[in-house]
Amino acid sequence: MTNTAMTEENTPKELEVTVEANETSDAPLTKVDARDVNVYYADNHALRDITIAIPENHVTSFIGPSGCGKSTFLRCINRMNDTIDICRVEGKIEIDSADIYDRNIDVVQLRAKVGMVFQKPNPFPKSIYDNIAYGPRIHGMVAGKTDTDELVEASLKRAGLWEEVKDRLAQPGTSLSGGQQQRLCIARAIAVSPQVILMDEPCSALDPIATARIEELIDELRQNFTIVIVTHSMQQAARVSQKTAFFHLGELVEQGNTEHIFTNPVDKRTQDYITGRFG
Amino acid sequence: MSTDHIVKSFDEELSRLSDRISRMGGLAEVQIERSIEALQRRNTEDATQIIEDDARIDELQVEIEDLAIQMIARRQPLATDLRATVSGLKVAPHIERIGDYAKNIARRTIALNQTPPIKPMFTIPRMGRMARGMVQDVLDAFTNNDVAKARAVWERDAELDDMYDSLFRELLTYMMEDPRSITSCTHLLFVARNIERIGDIATNIAELVHYQVEGETLTEDRPKTDEASVTVVDSN
Repeated sequence: MTNTAMTEENTPKELEVTVEANETSDAPLTKVDARDVNVYYADNHALRDITIAIPENHVTSFIGPSGCGKSTFLRCINRMNDTIDICRVEGKIEIDSADIYDRNIDVVQLRAKVGMVFQKPNPFPKSIYDNIAYGPRIHGMVAGKTDTDELVEASLKRAGLWEEVKDRLAQPGTSLSGGQQQRLCIARAIAVSPQVILMDEPCSALDPIATARIEELIDELRQNFTIVIVTHSMQQAARVSQKTAFFHLGELVEQGNTEHIFTNPVDKRTQDYITGRFG
Repeated sequence: MSTDHIVKSFDEELSRLSDRISRMGGLAEVQIERSIEALQRRNTEDATQIIEDDARIDELQVEIEDLAIQMIARRQPLATDLRATVSGLKVAPHIERIGDYAKNIARRTIALNQTPPIKPMFTIPRMGRMARGMVQDVLDAFTNNDVAKARAVWERDAELDDMYDSLFRELLTYMMEDPRSITSCTHLLFVARNIERIGDIATNIAELVHYQVEGETLTEDRPKTDEASVTVVDSN
């Protein structure tokens, strides 16, 4: 009788422990796997031998001084660098073990799967509704108005914007505040069912409250998406990410658990950068 | 750290923190020395002064804690800076406890001076010197980020514990042999216990040095030989 009681008491606790361990990423799955990536802008060797595993359903932050290559590397993940003539990418980047630079890859599909949110919010010059609906329509993801309505509402809800805009969906996206526009851009990215969301300094143009709301949103989104964020704010990287990678002069100097990087980094360059001993 | 902060005032604040800690430590060391001397010399006046002077150590603790909290709020320190600030915040109450133990020794001295002098005075000054040395060395190690020096102090505590254990036995024996010595011996037991505790605190500070430099908490059990707490001396 006692033994049964103990087992019953113990089992829920054990379950709790297991769930927690998964959440805090004891060996998470790799979503994006980059190996020996080198990027050149004409003769300029901008990124050297970048090797990093981006964990699934976690937030990975890229930090480093201006010009260190972090945004360049971010753009490799959804092949935005293809649009830059003088840019050449070598090495391997795989998402779910499929090489994204393979010749048979449909780049348009890739960019739906790997969404991007930019520093300056850039809603389309369309209504709030059409900002969200545009992507799913051209990808053939929605059958008719009802479908589209539902998808727009779901996306705006997920981005935490629905309550604020549900009564003015016909208004232009540009009529929203900076923070709202950024959430609109996030909703737009989510609408096409991405698996990875890349964010390039998404809060730089926002006030602290708008920033906090985006950070809260990032925390919720990571349950369902893999997020990579480039940020200039060390504190933001420390707050939102589980894994941090420090870039410097085109090199990936150090990467690891965010807690560890910010309390006890291994490399002196990382230490100097995060403590404000060089910029 | 070899490199300076880009914002100089950050370095200045870290220096101020370090400076206050050194000053607080220095005062505590002196209090230990003075209290042992007052005990040996049976000097009530000195002992009274030591008790008063403890207030300055308490003031410094408040200053250090305020400074550390301000730095956390304003600078959001990270990595080594964070560990230095947190260690500063943690070491201040340790040093304050050392000061309190020295003050308590002075209090006991005032009581002891009202009883006849007792024989076993050699061990206690020896213990006192050893504890003072440990405190001096560990605070040096703290200021200079010297893990090896801190570790040496951490290991020396075993010797201090041994001295306390044997003194404990000795005093119990005296008390059994001569009940008139019970009052004095009891006060001396507390004095010895205070010194032994100062040694323990020095090892706590040594662990902080390890954390500050290595970024990891020392999880080993320190070499502790506290047999006194289970000692029984047979009256036969």
